[in-house]
Amino acid sequence: MARHVVARASEIPPGARKLVQVNGRGVVVFNIKGEFFALSDQCPHKGASLSGGKLTGLVESGEPGAYNYSRAGEIVRCPWHGWEFDIRTGRSYCDPRRMRLMQFNVTVEPGANLVEGPYVAETFKVAVEDNYVVVEA
Amino acid sequence: MSGDWVGAIDCDMHPRVPNIAALRAHMSEYWSDTVELRGIEGFDTIAYPANAPLTVRPDWREGKPRPDEHAAGYAKAMLDPHKFGLAICNCLYAVQIIRDEYMAAAFATAVNAWVKTEWLDKDARLRASIVVPAQNPELAVEEIERWAPDSRFVQILFLVGGEQPLGQSRFWPIYRAAEKHGLTIGIHAGSNYLHAVTGSGWPSYYLEDYAAQSLAFHTQLGSLISEGVFVKFPKLKAVLIESGVTWIAPYLWRLTKFWRGVRNEVPWIDRSPLEFVRDHIRLTIQPFDAPAAGVEISRLMDLMQSDEMLLFASDFPHWQFDGDAMLPAGIDASLRKKILIDNPLAAYPRLGGRHAT
Amino acid sequence: MQLDAPFTTDAETLDAHAPGVTKSNRLAVIDGDIHPAWRKPEDLKPYLSKYWWDHLQTYGSRRKNGSVYGEPYPKSAPLACRRDAWPEEGGRPGSSLALMQKQYLDACGVEVGILGPLGATGQGDFNLDFSAAMCRAVNEWQLDTFARPEKRLKASIVVPYEDGAASAAEIERCGADPHFAQVFVLTRSSEPIGSRRYWPIFAAAERYGLPVGFHVFGTSGHPVSGAGWPSYYVEEGAGHSTSCQTAVTSLVIEGVFERFPKLKVVMVEGGFAWLAPLAWRLDKLHERMHGEVPHLKRRPSEYIREHVYVTTQPMEESDVRGQVLDLMEWIGWDRLLFASDYPHWDFDDPFRAFPVGLKAERHRQICAENGRSVYRL
Ligand code: FES
Repeated sequence: MARHVVARASEIPPGARKLVQVNGRGVVVFNIKGEFFALSDQCPHKGASLSGGKLTGLVESGEPGAYNYSRAGEIVRCPWHGWEFDIRTGRSYCDPRRMRLMQFNVTVEPGANLVEGPYVAETFKVAVEDNYVVVEA
Repeated sequence: MSGDWVGAIDCDMHPRVPNIAALRAHMSEYWSDTVELRGIEGFDTIAYPANAPLTVRPDWREGKPRPDEHAAGYAKAMLDPHKFGLAICNCLYAVQIIRDEYMAAAFATAVNAWVKTEWLDKDARLRASIVVPAQNPELAVEEIERWAPDSRFVQILFLVGGEQPLGQSRFWPIYRAAEKHGLTIGIHAGSNYLHAVTGSGWPSYYLEDYAAQSLAFHTQLGSLISEGVFVKFPKLKAVLIESGVTWIAPYLWRLTKFWRGVRNEVPWIDRSPLEFVRDHIRLTIQPFDAPAAGVEISRLMDLMQSDEMLLFASDFPHWQFDGDAMLPAGIDASLRKKILIDNPLAAYPRLGGRHAT
Repeated sequence: MQLDAPFTTDAETLDAHAPGVTKSNRLAVIDGDIHPAWRKPEDLKPYLSKYWWDHLQTYGSRRKNGSVYGEPYPKSAPLACRRDAWPEEGGRPGSSLALMQKQYLDACGVEVGILGPLGATGQGDFNLDFSAAMCRAVNEWQLDTFARPEKRLKASIVVPYEDGAASAAEIERCGADPHFAQVFVLTRSSEPIGSRRYWPIFAAAERYGLPVGFHVFGTSGHPVSGAGWPSYYVEEGAGHSTSCQTAVTSLVIEGVFERFPKLKVVMVEGGFAWLAPLAWRLDKLHERMHGEVPHLKRRPSEYIREHVYVTTQPMEESDVRGQVLDLMEWIGWDRLLFASDYPHWDFDDPFRAFPVGLKAERHRQICAENGRSVYRL
């Protein structure tokens, strides 16, 4: 497992997401209120790019007519057929028992740490003074 | 194909009310007089034109009274020769088409009383559905409460074609009563004709009308699931009667696919529609829409993804099969036993396993 | 775990997305359902008389669903479109030819796509003269905006189908133009579509060798079935297959294929698996009650097998492998046509939508060969 520097932290402000390539596969990095999460970008249904998905909240219900809405901005809906995935866990809500999105460990590291390596950052010049998003894969 | 039918439970047979006099005998004085005063000839339905080939099998038209007009006739035609264990009477006298809901309730009561005295009381092997005035769910609940103490009533009967889909909340008082009494919900082909039978209006031919009944079953299944009836009433079971059967898998694939995409619209549906169907929906096996040849029945059966879904039914006296080919050919012995006996017992708690085997 | 592994079918070698696949060795896809849109309503203005333009401004489209914006069942996404299909330069999904080319036609190797204009096209409007004027305008607009600038796109003759004579006139007006590949009707007609009032449409289509495409939706004024109006979009969406069944039943039982023996019809966007059980059902009923329909000389399934095609979108998905393939087999491999529904949200990708286990030759048949023999290309 290698560590990949994929973006400057400032590039992905809260509420934003960025599609990056790690080991030749698409990974989408989300920032939810300052916390970073990295998920496989390819929807397990038919392969749409989840980086184009709409952020929404989680609606749950105990009975008809009840709409308990929480965690706005923490669910991504696939841009094609609308499947919902929990950005924090990769869990799917349309088939929770069978479907889960691959998740990657992601950390934010000060440039000072990274200059030491080991890490993979083909497309980056890492500067000591910045913070970087690092995906493990 | 002949076979062993001993102990089978016929989940759909149709006693026919021979004439309005038979019902008047079970009406209050007011309604009985009203029938005469207003010249009410009856409420038979165009869903089954009396002389259409489908409505009565040729050999079951013979005799006076006809075999579907009295309990002994059905016993002689079906119960005795095949040694069925039980049979459920679904009377299709069309109280549903009556616009006056109080009159509908009065006719429903008369129909149920007629079924009780002329069928249930005449043959211990018979059970019945409660006919209700679905026009007014409150009156329907009254009717259910009237007959529920008699454990021979095992089901509440709806027509598949109605004013509003049956999942909608106006019908929930009926389901509350059903759950309380362990009554199953039966949805049978037929319509009150308040809407056209297709989404594009009225077709020209009776053949199309009958074909379209299965489309209404699509809608009802989607409604029962989407509205959350089984979330609200987790013990409830619904039987789709005379639906044609093989339409269901393709429709469920679609419903499940759409649900996955728009789950947030109906968040109370927290499982795949298929799971609700497995837990709550059953289908009677006649008619069974399959080709005469060229398709293996086992592959068709596999589409159901469960051997617990199908319930044996003759659909007597409708002409769905000849001789005693009451099941599609090619069903293996263990599935056959489930369809004939085990599945009906599970679908109808009120049968209570007390049938003769 | 995933339901279908999108990239593991036999079809993989032909996949326009796969590495090493070039223009010359990839599958040339024929797509039976692409939805163009206008950027703004004014796009139609050049094609309408002043009278009808003023009418549109004053009264708008009025159809049998009571809603100004279309369906009273709000969609799952704005305009029922893929989130990634909104053009950067503004306008609706489907309005930018450049994006359609880049995102779909080029990316998926589409050789021919059949356009199916939806929305306020005049179809199903109460006012039949307005309906006819709008359809004419939409047809001209399709040519200028899409079919003439882009060879891969073929237009549909949108007809004011509630008026049989006016529809036939529009087919006469457009029928000789090779930019048009089919006649376009919606499934929720006011009466079952095989009824005599609609026969001029079929006569004209047959005359020009054009298939008639029946796309789901439409405003019949009737609930989706005799069971009444459902509450939710999920029910309306799943229910489209019932309106397709109504159309096929009516065409067959009314004897349309007896009267117009060269007519071909394509059911669009209602999926396909329903067709086999329907044919079985109609055969059984016909066996009992052929006396009611003496104008039919053959069994319903035979008419269906000969005249009816189904597009595959939205692809049926079963949790059990092989079941959808069974249904395809029972319908007939030569009756299935690929459609994408681009840019709508229930889009099917020609290389990812099909069930696991589909043989490459079948995939080629559905995605290319069948379409070539059905549409007037
Ligand atoms: S591709 Fe994501 S939901 Fe279908």
